[in-house]
Amino acid sequence: MNNQRRTVLKSGSGAALLGMLAAAGIITPGMALADWNKAAFDAKSMADTLKALGVAGTTDSKDVQVTGPDIAENGAVVPVGVASTLPNVTMVAILIEKNPNALAASFVLPEGTEANVQTRVKMGQTSNIYALVKSDGKFFMATKEIKVTLGGCGG
Amino acid sequence: MGNPMKIRAASKDGVTEVKVLVSHEMETGQRKDAAGAIVPAWFITELVAKHGDKVVLTSDFGPSVSKNPYLAFKFKGGAKGEKVTVTWKDNKGDSRTDEAAIN
Repeated sequence: MNNQRRTVLKSGSGAALLGMLAAAGIITPGMALADWNKAAFDAKSMADTLKALGVAGTTDSKDVQVTGPDIAENGAVVPVGVASTLPNVTMVAILIEKNPNALAASFVLPEGTEANVQTRVKMGQTSNIYALVKSDGKFFMATKEIKVTLGGCGG
Repeated sequence: MGNPMKIRAASKDGVTEVKVLVSHEMETGQRKDAAGAIVPAWFITELVAKHGDKVVLTSDFGPSVSKNPYLAFKFKGGAKGEKVTVTWKDNKGDSRTDEAAIN
């Protein structure tokens, strides 16, 4: 496994990635998480999460679309997608208002990658889902309520 | 180490769509087992996708991404036969890299 890591390390491009992989290979696992935005993922409320992500203010935008079911029968697997027609989108994040930690996932999109990602998330209860999109340095939001029949966060 | 990822990459009209299905527990750290003890959190924190040497997507995941995470995205460029590589890393320091050819 370590050999594979070395290969990736050698072929890696971009300072950020190199830094990340170096952290993965050389520093102990606990410390390798340094690049992961712990504050943002630990934040409980929407406001705290946005603060931890360095978002000063957001604008609601019709050019950001959140896709997902209106009703999710199983909260453990809720398909959610974010798409945007805004120019120069560099970051996309999915936030779930009523989950224990609002931030579900964030994506950094280099130039050439389209603002269109789909994934699956867990939802503890019926909640609004927020899509946060960074375009030309400004933050835009869109929201959608998803009703959950069976929660996916508890035990 | 984890199990292999399933990666599909298809190129159409100059845009490559990548679909990744990762095999991972994605334990939230909120569940309790039968004895009432909290099951420790165990989830993927970072996932990086590359087309050749170029990073096309960097993702940060929290524990509320579903078990066996699915991810789909699109990037411009990419030709048949070229490689797409996906690497993930979890909060226990485990990681895995898999690759697939674009078709």
